Amino acid sequence: MSTQLFGEKVPRVEDQRFLRGQGRYVDDVLVDTPSATLHAAVLRSPHAHARILDIDVSDVIDMDGVHLVWTHEDLAGAMAEPLPLLIPHPALTHGRTQYTLAKDTVNYVGEAVAFVVADDRYLAEDALGRISVSYEPLPAVVGIESARAAENLVHDDVPGNVAARMEQNVGDAPTAIDAAPHVLELDLSIERSAAMPLEGRGTVARWDHDTSRLQVWTSTQASTGVRAAVAAKLELDLGQVDVICPDTGGGFGVKINHPWPEDLLVTRAAQVTGQAVKFTEDRREHFISAAHERAQEHHIRVGFDDQGRVQGLDVEFWHDNGAYTPYGLIVPIITSTQLLGPYKPANYRVRFDSLYTNTVIVTPYRGAGRPQGCFAMERTIDAIAAHLGLDRTAVRAANLIQPDEFPYDQGLIFQDGRPLIYDSGDYPAMLEKIRKLIGWDEFEQFKAEAEAEGRRVGIGLGCYVEGTGVGPYEGAHVHVETSGKVKVATGLTTQGQGHQTAFAQVVADTLDVPMEDVEVVTGDTRRMSYSVGTFASRAAVMSGSAMHLAALRAKEKALRLAADALEADEADLKMVDGSVQVKGSPSNSIALGTLAVLSNPLRYAFDKASQAATQFSVGDQDKPPVDEDDEPGLEGRDFYSPNRSTFASGMHAAIVETDPETAEIKILRYAIVHDCGRMINPMIVEGQIHGGMAQGIGGALYERMAYDDSGQLLNASFMDFLMPYVTEIPGEIDVDHLETPSPLNPLGIKGAGEAGVIPVSAAIAAAVENAEGFSITSMPISPAELYDLRQRHAEHTSTTSARPPKQDGSGEESA
Amino acid sequence: MKPAPFNYVRADSIEQAVEALAGSSDGKVLAGGQSLIPLLSMRLAGPSLLVDINGIAGLDEVRADSDGVHLGALARHADVLANTAAREVQPLVAAALSHVGHATIRNRGTTVGSLVHADASAEMPLILLLLAGSLDVVGPRGRRTIPAESLYIGPLESSLEHDEVAVEAFFPALPPMTGIAFEEVARRQGDYALCGVGAVVEVDGGHVRSARAGFMSVHDVPVVAELTEHLAGMSLSTQEGRVVLEAAVEHAMGALDPAADVHASEAYRAHLARVLAKRVVAAAFSDATHRAATRPAVGSEA
Repeated sequence: MSTQLFGEKVPRVEDQRFLRGQGRYVDDVLVDTPSATLHAAVLRSPHAHARILDIDVSDVIDMDGVHLVWTHEDLAGAMAEPLPLLIPHPALTHGRTQYTLAKDTVNYVGEAVAFVVADDRYLAEDALGRISVSYEPLPAVVGIESARAAENLVHDDVPGNVAARMEQNVGDAPTAIDAAPHVLELDLSIERSAAMPLEGRGTVARWDHDTSRLQVWTSTQASTGVRAAVAAKLELDLGQVDVICPDTGGGFGVKINHPWPEDLLVTRAAQVTGQAVKFTEDRREHFISAAHERAQEHHIRVGFDDQGRVQGLDVEFWHDNGAYTPYGLIVPIITSTQLLGPYKPANYRVRFDSLYTNTVIVTPYRGAGRPQGCFAMERTIDAIAAHLGLDRTAVRAANLIQPDEFPYDQGLIFQDGRPLIYDSGDYPAMLEKIRKLIGWDEFEQFKAEAEAEGRRVGIGLGCYVEGTGVGPYEGAHVHVETSGKVKVATGLTTQGQGHQTAFAQVVADTLDVPMEDVEVVTGDTRRMSYSVGTFASRAAVMSGSAMHLAALRAKEKALRLAADALEADEADLKMVDGSVQVKGSPSNSIALGTLAVLSNPLRYAFDKASQAATQFSVGDQDKPPVDEDDEPGLEGRDFYSPNRSTFASGMHAAIVETDPETAEIKILRYAIVHDCGRMINPMIVEGQIHGGMAQGIGGALYERMAYDDSGQLLNASFMDFLMPYVTEIPGEIDVDHLETPSPLNPLGIKGAGEAGVIPVSAAIAAAVENAEGFSITSMPISPAELYDLRQRHAEHTSTTSARPPKQDGSGEESA
Repeated sequence: MKPAPFNYVRADSIEQAVEALAGSSDGKVLAGGQSLIPLLSMRLAGPSLLVDINGIAGLDEVRADSDGVHLGALARHADVLANTAAREVQPLVAAALSHVGHATIRNRGTTVGSLVHADASAEMPLILLLLAGSLDVVGPRGRRTIPAESLYIGPLESSLEHDEVAVEAFFPALPPMTGIAFEEVARRQGDYALCGVGAVVEVDGGHVRSARAGFMSVHDVPVVAELTEHLAGMSLSTQEGRVVLEAAVEHAMGALDPAADVHASEAYRAHLARVLAKRVVAAAFSDATHRAATRPAVGSEA
């Protein structure tokens, strides 16, 4: 028996390709035939809110090298209808989606207005410059305050700018709070940011007139979704459309939204021109016409006892959903449910408004509403500790769900429409681990020593629970070739997570074949036409499980065929390193490739495997060559569809130093304890955690969308949108794991993709607060903002003099 | 992000470059392209002509002599930074250059290109001004030397004529008994600084003989403040010296007009200018004291 690969730090097989520049991304498709490919560009609205009075394309029509120019008026049928609302919800009473090309009005800077196809992208951009649009500017709604005030409306027919209003209750929070010994109120906010994958959006399409088929390559997190959307909009049968997601340079949520206007325009243009058409988004376009996330403001009222146990938690928040709601209410629903983290407030009420603004649409971005929820909850816990003068870890401990309480029903409905029931975890053990890992108990002494040297240091903690692996299903197909090589496919897509390695580990283990014999294909609708997509930290849970189940089916058939061929009892057989062998008799064995030959009654002795198989015979002479319940081939296909999500968890701790003069914030130490159940590949898990944490540091200290009041995005470039470099990320990150296997899937795994980002803003805010001695209620925080807070607190202290600043305090006791 | 159409001339000689520029009213010189190419790609600039000087032989010289550091128009930041002789002769150049962008930008970008781009938030224009260096340019009317103090006339605006090509920059050598320091605060390593300050302090017997400080990112052009009249005769390592330094910096602040942007408010930039100026002038004083102790001035050898 070869070594088990599950749980091993197997090096990623895809890295050879990526690190050598041999990845093949959408923009690389058809580059060898440049003259055959046309290039698209999109004219985008320069106004955040305006009425379109006229579009004049007459200067473009006769341009050499320009093949096509479209505005809304040029679209017909389904293409002229608004884009689909992917995830409707009863609470989304005023859902709105944009048109493929704007009709009558534009609602954000960057909204697609006209579309040009030319010989190359240079010409296409020249053509855009010649299109003349006259706009009547309308007042823009920018930011939550402006949306709530509703002095201006984004959509005339959406009163109050409210797309949705939703409430969930567990027990009676308002009553419980009123009865509690202590009550605090807090206002907490997180700014708008974005996923910013290094590869932007991109789509290439080619229409084959002879077969009436459309072939589409696109950088997406859901190739089956794009396929369905393109077929519907172009009024084709699903069977006429193939969608392939090649190597993808990151998604982080933004590429789950579909169809983008460009997907439809490019595919339609390929059909009309008869030539391949390519759209490769540039960075400015990505900033102003893809998707953002995160902007939320929260008001919290919490009642608690002397030990800090929460007796009632009442959360009201306002979610900025941008100009349209194609992705429904997923983000605020996740905030409203996952805010609770590892805690069990006795009573909980949550209400939110999802609000329109004249800004780029919002779709989930890694963490998807959880960083905001975690920030709100963790800041609340810290405020309780400060109020009671208790250690922050003690208040957490007092509120944790205990290991013997699983499955734990939070009494809420989760984003998948299923009950929010935590399947497993051990939060007290995790809290102990993180305390040790960061040196929580030793910190006070360090802080005192640092302060004696005139330094300011602080420590903070952030805890979260993350529902991962949401359904409804994912499938896998395993095909053992006559060579013994194993070709496996799953429909969900890959954006760099290492699926080719992790899934190969699962299949190699289940079939006991060498990992190098397993080839994994993802996101190609020709290979697996039923799939949901890669989001919600679901790929390992869903497709990993499906891979295992499909491989088991192949294994079952291999054992059956081997029993026949070796004239042995199935129970006496085992899989060993690419063959099936009689237990205790290693010479009595048959290779998987040979079994693949035997599985097909049509035997052409084309290759050595076929010749080798001639010594065996299988099948009952009295039955048909392919029996009633059987199929030719050594294959396995299966789907995994869980009842509910599985719940990963983690705790982060940060020690920061703030410069007393320049207000620069430096992370001195960062520690993470993480539980994603059983790990397929701990190296990949750690990579995901590191990457998530880095993105979290971006969200905590650097990244924001700087819109001005007129709705112009002022920092739409990597010069001014400050994605942290490796120089801004702590060099050493202490990661420890806790493995509480999920009982919901055969491998005991939970998702790990998003986790790293979730508690970073909470932990760093707490650490900065601890260093500075005043409360931090809004993230991200820049040195300029910290300086400003210092000035305000200095003024406040000098005017109120008597009261010493609260150490570690946030929030005020309500009257 | 594709540039609008433009004509392109790859010049083999300075004369050819000048001739090409003279034939166009809005031609631009392409050297390292680290600022120009993004501007073209974003169509924020649309010159009708690019004159590429990368093919001109002999322009990539980095030469240090007892007068100072001479940099040809094609000397890349990385080559200047790696030149130990240049570092010896004028350490402030290297101290500031290490903050310019990242390695890949420094590999391609040229120091002279940065000087003529005239960005008030870039390091090298400030250093040229602080050291009272100069820039040699060639145009249809011949070659001339522009002193740094008359080079920077407005935001992203230098006193070069549109048909002139910068060919060589000169940074004077560090005089004896003199120290330097440079510090900046940037959001990320390699970003344009929110504020940067450089200083040159000359000492005599443990006291300041002359001092000047230069500020970047806190005005629409780089600004140099003469501090000698405030600090002359002071030791900056004493409490009294620090008080005087604070007053001197406060005086220098009067010449600055920091602006707000998405990264920092006016107040924060002004605060950084104060903090950094105090730190940097004091550090330059220590540096000068240290140099005076380890490398005695020529006069003292007599």
